[in-house]
Amino acid sequence: MQRREFLNLAALAAGGALLPARLALARADGRPTRFVLVILRGALDGLAAVPPCGDPDYRALRREFALRAPGESGGALPLDGFFGLHPSLRFMEQSYAARELIVLHALASPYRERSHFDGQDVLENGSARPHALQSGWLNRALAALPARREAGVALGQNVPLVMRGPAAVTSWSSSKLSALDEDTLGRITDLYSGDALLSARLADALAANAMAAAESADMEMSPAVAAPTAGAAAAKPLAVNARYAEIVHAAAGFLREEEGPRVAVFDTSGWDTHANEGAAEGQLAGRLAALDAALATLRQELGPAWSDTAVLLVTEFGRTAALNGTRGTDHGTATVAFLLGGAVAGGRVIADWPGLSARALYQGRDLTATLDLRSVLKAVLAEHLAVPGRALEQSVFPESAAAKPLRGLIRS
Amino acid sequence: MQEPFASAIAANRFGLGARPGELAAIGSDARSWLRAQLLGAPPTLSSAELRSAAQILADALGLRRQIQAARRADAAVTAAAPGAEAAANEVQKKLPQFLRPIYVAEVTARLQQAVSTERPFLERLTQFWSNHFAVSIDKQFLAGLAGSFEREAIRPHVLGNFSELLLAAETHPAMLLYLDNHLSVGPHSPEALRREQHQAQRKIGINENLAREILELHTLGVGGGYTQTDVTTFAEVITGWSIGGEGGRFAAADPGRFIFRAELHEPGTKVVLSRRYRDDGFGQGAAVLRDLARERATAHFIATKLARHFIADDPPRAAVERLAEAFAHSGGDLPTVYRALIDAREVWVQPLAKYKTPADYIVSSYRGLGLPVEAGRAPLAPFELLGQRTWQPGSPAGWPDRSADWDGASALIKRIEWADAVGARLGSRCDATGLAPELLGANLSEPTRLAVARAASGAQAVTLLLAAPEFMRR
Repeated sequence: MQRREFLNLAALAAGGALLPARLALARADGRPTRFVLVILRGALDGLAAVPPCGDPDYRALRREFALRAPGESGGALPLDGFFGLHPSLRFMEQSYAARELIVLHALASPYRERSHFDGQDVLENGSARPHALQSGWLNRALAALPARREAGVALGQNVPLVMRGPAAVTSWSSSKLSALDEDTLGRITDLYSGDALLSARLADALAANAMAAAESADMEMSPAVAAPTAGAAAAKPLAVNARYAEIVHAAAGFLREEEGPRVAVFDTSGWDTHANEGAAEGQLAGRLAALDAALATLRQELGPAWSDTAVLLVTEFGRTAALNGTRGTDHGTATVAFLLGGAVAGGRVIADWPGLSARALYQGRDLTATLDLRSVLKAVLAEHLAVPGRALEQSVFPESAAAKPLRGLIRS
Repeated sequence: MQEPFASAIAANRFGLGARPGELAAIGSDARSWLRAQLLGAPPTLSSAELRSAAQILADALGLRRQIQAARRADAAVTAAAPGAEAAANEVQKKLPQFLRPIYVAEVTARLQQAVSTERPFLERLTQFWSNHFAVSIDKQFLAGLAGSFEREAIRPHVLGNFSELLLAAETHPAMLLYLDNHLSVGPHSPEALRREQHQAQRKIGINENLAREILELHTLGVGGGYTQTDVTTFAEVITGWSIGGEGGRFAAADPGRFIFRAELHEPGTKVVLSRRYRDDGFGQGAAVLRDLARERATAHFIATKLARHFIADDPPRAAVERLAEAFAHSGGDLPTVYRALIDAREVWVQPLAKYKTPADYIVSSYRGLGLPVEAGRAPLAPFELLGQRTWQPGSPAGWPDRSADWDGASALIKRIEWADAVGARLGSRCDATGLAPELLGANLSEPTRLAVARAASGAQAVTLLLAAPEFMRR
């Protein structure tokens, strides 16, 4: 199906009100900014992803899975001398060297229990308690900005909690809808006209499909856009798994579009490493490598737009400081987050390191949290997306006054 | 009670979607139709293709040993001649080649049962409990075990007592493997002490995964009043709950079957949720499970989930309380709870209270249109396309059960896409106009009736029927 037809269908579905207003999220200098949120479900082991190689207690806790120091064979990749990066995170290492990555360590959401599902709920709802709010902080932040036809897109069939709420968002995954007869689609649109939920969803989906189709038509016309950007990341083919490849390709497509959404969200699972977690190689190493490759691909596909992009990776909580009895780690507390992209004032590890001694551990077992995740989220939303401070304190993160924004994460 | 809607609610929300003639058969007494399904033993699924978990696991463990042996052989060869081809790669393919057809057969049998059963309420309850005690095929071996887990641990107990269901689920090899309990070792167990004497490098100990999820997801629920200490102690209590035939010194006992391994069990009296349990081996953990099943928090947690599934995303508190009361008073007798659900006034108020999950949507389409369950991999395809692969919720919490989890824009498009393909396949062989009132009953709206009747083709009529707002919900 051609682009024009797609747009017609979308216009039909949206009652003709499709064309978005030219209200891009923009920085003070007028350039549009892009934000990608990646949720790592299952509780990423922060001490494995960013090992504190310089901490005197690290080795004893992680035993045979302690990573060797940077510089040693099979060792961690160098960061700031105290922390290292897991050897699977090669693109992250390059980003750090290019001052495009901030690693935030010993951070946690306000949640202090150890249920994945409640932990993810708090991570996404933006309050201090599970199920306290039925919408997500990212959606409420978008709602505080000038309205757009589609403010954000979730890559996947459904919209995760963090993106649910009053602002118009959509979800997208590859579809063969183009095979559908225009007349049938028109009739379904009519059939949904009395159903608020289904008519809104259908209009959103058709608008997203139209945008994706327009984007791929643009790509065909100007292959230069798709060419990899310069730099080491482009030097060798990347082992991106198929799901990631589809997601980051689509995310980049949406974000590059001038009229498209400026915020994209996707999630990944498989981080719940209770047994046989591995170290430089093994289960977690494989997952980190795939994630790292996906980020490298996202950078390539965004092309020049990367310089106005910030990508934030977060997880619901960390894992036990010590290995458990089955060469894995159980549910814990503080962990890492990663903020990377051309817009990020990077090349830093931000951590008020609590240490790993028995006395320093939270409840004698977990890395203690010294940084509230909401301090990071507030700063990114304020500095990168220009969400007003009042909205951040009131609607986006209610009752969070103690979590002051961690200023200076984004290049000014 | 809104009588016109009762038969549609019974067939579509309690059942798995009306088959032609079903609403007429239900007639004016929807409650009796549902109650009757609770009588008599639950059906078992059996065919030559469906083997026991123990048989499957014994074979799988055998294959794993072959793979490990081939790896060791490879390592020796590579050491002698670097660059030599790895023979293990070939052997390694055998495991998925073994597990995959089992998964296909199990999914097919489950779908066939759902499509053809005359007791669809009972089948929905089976699926509910299977999802409550969720395992997920993204872990090794589980693709081969998820089906037999449901047949062996869930089906026989859906009309029994909750405590029997709980014990069957937690001691099934699929659950032990999925939540790592076969690896968990008491730090003062005979095996741990033996290792210490030999100053083994690798420490062994507790894995708290299963203990935590039993408390959080299977019994008390997350706010149910347990502490981290309860989790850790309970994990110690169930050390030794393991599987036969793991290889090496642990090969004792029938391969693939549950076994209590005293040598891995953490000795001693333990306190869980303020109750003391003396150490009598396996009985210690079984006693904790029995008490957990009787906790008020468990009754409330199960009642909430049932009410959410059968009444509304946010069920009325009074209804939840009555279900919890039925659970507690009957000592966890499940048919008593189901009857309380049928008797709940709140059930019958809102005709289309729930948005269908993809699996609901697919199964109700099969039932409504009489689609054949084909041989081969075809039955897997719609679940994959619509985003709900059977037995792959991806987490021990199982699939979520609220509209917002399933009503995404892209998810809707997938349903329409599939409805279009089904329409194209059936074409005018299917009388969608005649079927619409048979499937939707009093819920059939005038716009849908007209849209289906005025469709440009038989194929389009089927597509519109499946895409209709009242078919998206139950």
